Amino acid sequence: MAGPRTLYDKIWDDHVVDVQPDGTCLLYIDRHLVHEVTSPQAFEGLRATGRKVRAPQKTLAVVDHNVPTSDRSHGIDDPESRAQVEALAENAREFGVEYYDEHDRRQGVVHIIGPEQGFTLPGATIVCGDSHTSTHGAFGALAHGIGTSEVEHVLATQTLIQAKAKNMLVQVDGTLGEGVTAKDIILAIIGEIGTAGGTGHVIEYAGEAIRDLSMEGRMTVCNMSIEGGARAGLVAPDEKTFAYLKGRPKAPQGADWERAVEAWKGLRSDPGAHFDKVVRLDAAKLPPIVTWGTSPEDVATIGGTVPRAEDAANEQQREKIARALAYMGLKGGEKITDIPLDVVFIGSCTNGRIEDLRAAARIAEGRKVADHVRAMVVPGSGLVKAQAEAEGLDAIFRAAGFEWREPGCSMCLAMNPDKLTPGQRCASTSNRNFEGRQGFKGRTHLVSPAMAAAAAIAGRFVDVRSFS
Amino acid sequence: MDKFDTLTGVAAPLEIMNVDTDMIIPKQYLKTIKRTGLGKGLFAEMRFREDGSENPDFVLNQSAYRHAQILVARDNFGCGSSREHAPWALLDFGIRCVISTSFADIFYNNCFKNGILPIKVSEDDLEKLMDDARRGANATLTIDLPAQEIRGPDGGVVKFDIDPFRKHCLINGLDDIGLTMEKAASIGAYETRHAQSAPWL
Ligand code: SF4
Repeated sequence: MAGPRTLYDKIWDDHVVDVQPDGTCLLYIDRHLVHEVTSPQAFEGLRATGRKVRAPQKTLAVVDHNVPTSDRSHGIDDPESRAQVEALAENAREFGVEYYDEHDRRQGVVHIIGPEQGFTLPGATIVCGDSHTSTHGAFGALAHGIGTSEVEHVLATQTLIQAKAKNMLVQVDGTLGEGVTAKDIILAIIGEIGTAGGTGHVIEYAGEAIRDLSMEGRMTVCNMSIEGGARAGLVAPDEKTFAYLKGRPKAPQGADWERAVEAWKGLRSDPGAHFDKVVRLDAAKLPPIVTWGTSPEDVATIGGTVPRAEDAANEQQREKIARALAYMGLKGGEKITDIPLDVVFIGSCTNGRIEDLRAAARIAEGRKVADHVRAMVVPGSGLVKAQAEAEGLDAIFRAAGFEWREPGCSMCLAMNPDKLTPGQRCASTSNRNFEGRQGFKGRTHLVSPAMAAAAAIAGRFVDVRSFS
Repeated sequence: MDKFDTLTGVAAPLEIMNVDTDMIIPKQYLKTIKRTGLGKGLFAEMRFREDGSENPDFVLNQSAYRHAQILVARDNFGCGSSREHAPWALLDFGIRCVISTSFADIFYNNCFKNGILPIKVSEDDLEKLMDDARRGANATLTIDLPAQEIRGPDGGVVKFDIDPFRKHCLINGLDDIGLTMEKAASIGAYETRHAQSAPWL
C-alpha cells in the first residue's frame, strides 16, 4: 500500500535491489566519490580478493585532504601524504576510475567538485568515504558518508547493505535578516537538536528560508547534517536546482535533460507524508551564531556570552562544559565579542564555494586584517578559485592582508601543512570544532564566511550586521 | 574478520560524552594506507602529553586498564567523521566491545565490519556498568553475544538488543562483500531496469 511518502522514502524505494527477511536492504548506489584518505585500504581489499570496480563510470576520485595549499609544482613534502596521494593515483589508474589529481583545475574538496561537475544529481544515491557527503543532499539526492569497508563494498558491488532510517523534518520558516546566512541556520539547528538529535534519521530541510537559499546555501545546511547526528540531509529539488545543474559537464544533456527534469519535479514529500520527528525554527529571529566550545552544538549568539559550568542543568552537562571551557581557554561568562583571535580560516566543503568567498570579500573590501591575525582564504576547488579570480576577489583579499591559497581541505582538518599551533584561537568557516581538529591543542570557533571576514578585520568576534 | 562470540575482559570507564572520531584517532594517523598499526594513535591526544610521554590521568594508561578489551563510555560515542581508522585503532589496541547509551551511525556500522561489538544500553544500565568498570582490577565483564547479555563481576546481568543480521555476521565472521556478490544477478537486473527509467544515472 503506497500512502503518502517523504522524499527520502521515494529515493529509497527507487533504489532497493533486494530485501532480506529481517528488513535489511541492498541499496543501489548511483554515484561514488572517492578521496585519498579513506580509500587505500578498500582498493587493497579488492586487489587481495581479485575483485574489480563494478561501475567505474559511476565513480569519481579526487585528492583533497592531504594536498598543500601553497605552490604544488614541486610536489608534496610530507612523505606519508605523498604516499597516500600516489596510492590514489595508482588505484584510479589500475581500476579505471576517473581521477582529478592535484594539478587538475577541476581538483578540489570532494563535496565541492561533485555538484560542480554535475556528478551530483537529484534522485540519485551518492556515497563517499567521508561523513560530509551529506552536502549533496542539497540537490535532492540521498547522500551519506560510509566507512572504508563500505567503500570497498560499493566499489565491488555498486550497492550498500542498509537499514532504512527514520524521517525527520526541519522546517525553517520566515526570512533571514541581513548578514545572517545558511551557516547560522544550520548552527542554530544543531544548537537546538544537539549533536545526536538526528541520529538514526534522514533530515529533510523545508520552509521558506530553505527555499530562499541559493544552492550554495543549501549545500552549507546539508553539509552539517552529520554534525546534528543525521547521516543525510535533503532539500527537495526546484528550479534553482535545475538552473544550477544545467550545462554542467556530467549533467544529462538534450532529450535526457528534459526527461530528467520532468522526473526530478516529482522529488518532493507528498502532502501528509509521515515524519517521525519535526523541528521548527523561525529564520527571522536568527542572529549570527558563533560556537564557543568543542562540539558543534555549543552555540552562542554574537550578542551572547560563553556559558558558565556552574549554570549547567546537571552534573554531566557541568563536566562537559567545564572540559570544553578548559580546552578552549575560556572561563565562562565572557562576551562573545570580547574573544580575541589569532587565525581566521575561510574555506572547506561547508563554506568554500564562490558565494562564500563573495560574502567574505564584501566585508574585506577596502579594509585590513588586524595586525595580530593570520587570515587565509582557501577556495573549495580550482574552478571556484578561477571564478573568484575572474571576479577580482583574490585582489580584494590580498589587498586586505588575507592569504589566497590553492584549493583543498586545508585547515578544516589540518592533515596538510595548514595547522593551528597549540593554544591558537581560530574563527573558522568549517564544520567541526572538536579538540585538536585544526591542529594539536588548537581552538576553533565555527562561524559564517562574512562573520569570519569581519573577525579577521576586528581581531575579535564582531556582529557583521553592525560592522562598518 | 575475527568472529565475536563470548568475550571476558577488563572494561575501562571513559566518562566523556560525545567522544568523537578525532579524539579516537587524530588525523595525523590517517595518512596510512594500511588497516593495522593504528593502536599507537588511539586517543593519542588524551593518552600522551605534548612531549610524547604518557598522561597518567588517562584511563587506558592506568595499570588496571592497560589491557582493557571493553570500553564503557557516555552518550553519542563515535560522532564525527566516517573514518574507519577509529574502529581499526580500537581493534589494534585490543578493544573488541564498546558500551554506551548511544552511538553515531557511521561509527556504529563501521564497528561491525571489523569484528567490534558496539552495545547500546539504557542510562540506568550504563550507570551500573560504569560502576563495574570503575573497579580497577575487578572491572571484568563477560559479553555473551549469542545470549545478548553482559554479565558483571557480581553476577549482575544486563540484556541488550542487536539486529539479527549483524549478530549473525559477527558470530560467524562473515564478509558482507562475499554475501552481496552472490546477488549479482539481482544487481544486474536492477541496473537494466534503472537504465530504462533513469538513463542519466
Ligand atoms: S573540507 Fe573538511 S569536512 Fe570537508 S571533506 Fe575536507 S576535511 Fe572533510
